[in-house]
Parts: sequence; C-alpha cells; structure tokens
Amino acid sequence: MHRLGAGWKLLALAAVSVVVTWTQQPVVAVCALGAAVAVLMVARVPLRATARTLAPVVVVVLGLGAYQWWARGWQDALVVSAGLLAVIGLATCLTATTRSDQLLEAMTRTAGPLRHVGLRPQTFALAVSLVLRTIPALIDLGWDVRDAARARGLDRSPRALLVPFVLRAVARAHTTADALAARGVLDDDDADSGDDSSGPRSDGGDDGVRAV
Amino acid sequence: MIEFLGAHVAVASPAAPGGEVTILEPTTLTLTEHRVAVIGANGSGKSTLARLVNGLVLPTSGYVRVNGLDSHDDGRAVRRQVGFVFSDADSQLVMPTPLEDVTLSLRRLRLGRREREERAREILDRFHLAHLADVSVHALSGGQKQLLALAGVLATEPQVLVCDEPTTLLDLRWRTHVNDLLAGLDQQLVHVTHDLEAAARADRVLVVDQAQVVYDGLPAPAVTFYRELMAQRSAAPGWP
Repeated sequence: MHRLGAGWKLLALAAVSVVVTWTQQPVVAVCALGAAVAVLMVARVPLRATARTLAPVVVVVLGLGAYQWWARGWQDALVVSAGLLAVIGLATCLTATTRSDQLLEAMTRTAGPLRHVGLRPQTFALAVSLVLRTIPALIDLGWDVRDAARARGLDRSPRALLVPFVLRAVARAHTTADALAARGVLDDDDADSGDDSSGPRSDGGDDGVRAV
Repeated sequence: MIEFLGAHVAVASPAAPGGEVTILEPTTLTLTEHRVAVIGANGSGKSTLARLVNGLVLPTSGYVRVNGLDSHDDGRAVRRQVGFVFSDADSQLVMPTPLEDVTLSLRRLRLGRREREERAREILDRFHLAHLADVSVHALSGGQKQLLALAGVLATEPQVLVCDEPTTLLDLRWRTHVNDLLAGLDQQLVHVTHDLEAAARADRVLVVDQAQVVYDGLPAPAVTFYRELMAQRSAAPGWP
C-alpha cells in the first residue's frame, strides 16, 4: 500500500466516495466500510491507535446516523454512517501510507485544471497539506484555552472558550502565512517570471507579502 | 550587504493624529558586519526592522536593499537570499514530519524528488535531527522544533539569515545551543533578541526604542546604553 502511487490512492478514494453517495444503497455502503477496514488491515495501519484518533469523528458520525434513523429510517442511517466511516477510513489509510510530499505533488497534478480559473494548483495542494498539519495544533490550542478558562473558573462560559480560541487560531494563521511568505514557498511557480511588483511604494503587500 | 535608505513604516489609523501610526521612523543604515544584533523593548519596532530585510514588511517610503536588490521591486529574489526564523517555530513548520518540512523548503531549488529527499536527510543529519526525520512535528520538543525551523530555512542556503527572537520560547540548554549555532553560521546574521548575552557576541548592535534606532555601535557600549535606557523607562512615572 505504501508503494502505490499517491495519485492512484486519491483516485480510489474519490471513486468510493462517488459510488457510495451516488448509489445510496445500504449494501454498497456496508461493503465499502468492509473494504475500508480490509484496506486498513492490509496496509498495517495500527488499528487501535487509529480508532483512538478517530473516536471523536466516529461519535459525530454515529450521532448523525441516529438522527437519520429517527428522521428517515434505518436504511438512510446505514448509508450515511457506513458510507462516511468508509470514506474516513480510506482517507486515514491514504494519509498513513503516503508521504505528505508525494500527496502534495499528486494534489498539485490533480488540481492542474484549477489554473484555468485563476487558482494556483500548488497553493491549493499546500492549503490541503496545511490543514492536515494544523488539526493537531488546533486540538492542542483547544486544550490550552479550556485549561486557561478553567484556571479562571470560567470553564462553563462559552465566550471564555470560543473567543480566545478563535483569536489565537487567527493569530496562528497570520504567523503561518508570514512564515510561508518568508520561506518563499508560494513563490515557486512564478520564480522566474521577473519582477513581482510595479505599483507605488506603499504599505500594501504583493505576492503574499502582507501589508503592515 | 543590507541597506536601509530612509526606510519608514507607518500604518493607517483614523484615530491617530495625522491618520497614521509610525512603526519605524525613517531609518538609514548599512549593515555589512557578519553578525548584527537588534535589541529593544517589546513593541519598539525591532521586529519591523527585521521584517523589512526580507520584504515581509515593505517600507511605506524609502528603500531596503539586500546585496543591491530592492525588497519592493525584487521581492522574490530578496526572499531567496534572506532566510527568516520566527520565535514560534510551531507556526513556521508547515508539513507533518521534519523530513517533509525540509523537503518543502528545497522545492524552490527545482531538484528531483529523490534528490530533494536525500538532501533533506543530509541537512537533518547536520542538525542532529536525522533520527527524528519521520516523527510527527507535533511530537517534537520546543528546542527541536526551533532547530528544525532553522534547518528548513538554511536548507536553501540563504546569504542572509534574519532571526526574530528565535530563543524566546526555549529553555537555557536549547537557548545556548541555538545561539552557538547561530554564532557559527557562514551567513550574515541579523539577530533580534532579548538575550543580552547573545547580543554581546555580535559584531554590531542596534538598539531600537520608540520606533527608531537610538544606538548603533559595538556590543558592550550598546548593551550598557540599553540597560540604562530601560532603567530610565522603568523609573518613569506611570510605569508599568
């Protein structure tokens, strides 16, 4: 599984997602879930650690399934829950068996057509990579904020939890943007295209250089 | 060589007199020394001075040039020559593992994937991080993260390295290690720091206060000047 190209794995993930969503059949969703578990086992992804990491997501999916059962019946509930779990399992397998660098290149290739609508594929791929990297950091931030609120006796105040979390997450996003600009990561595509600005000297930025 | 030619930075602020706030008064400097330290109080403008060097901040008026390249007109070329290390390494590391993060830096060198990975492993080895190449960045200690951030920046062999308080979040052991490493670099170094011992090892020290460079000279008198300045500020009525 580790040797399989990142592009093929992405394609398979997309195909399963489309089939499960398109057919809306419980049998298909359950088969997809079975296949996802089999793939995780073949890829030797540590199941216990994976289950622990995915536990919060599984709880949300099961909640969604329970709601579907109540609102639309057990068949829809099965399609939604099993389908989502199958896709999440396969996505986990993809990230566990593929280097981010390979994934980045595959996504850059896949997102190639976006160039025609003015989006840089490399930026798109990097954004996806950043999301993957940021999730554990945001979870840590959430624990920090909760501890800080608890230390002030405000652990039951949604405002004391939400406001600092959002502010710190945005601040972190700004710092990361600065870091990316400083490393010239976003310059790659057009590195040889000559001068990057011709406007007046002002406090406005260009090419990812943030204004003060 | 880094040149500041009347570089001035201001931001619009409707509430301020004149409709703007000055972050850095017009500054003219030529930095040719191997190691330049920048010291000053929080909010004095030293980070802005550092960010001007690689174009993260552009001057509102005036110019900043690095080896003859203008940070405004030749932004990409300047960023290729100037590496930048921040105090919070966590925000600077964008890939899941150290190997991938250093590899990301090497993308701009337009090497093949295998060559990039080999080069990245060599760099990690040089920084004694080879055993952590495939570990999650999230699992590294603060010192290891800062070392990795430094490795990622130095991977592209910039001619100038700007470090904005790189040791602020580190314990004494890591602070000493990073400072020793910075002192031994071949690159020209602009080191913004609150660590006066590290500043004392520089060839030239700039003291920044209230948005301007108020002292520019050798380390010992510069540090003495800074200590006296801070003592004055602390004795002023209304502080803190």
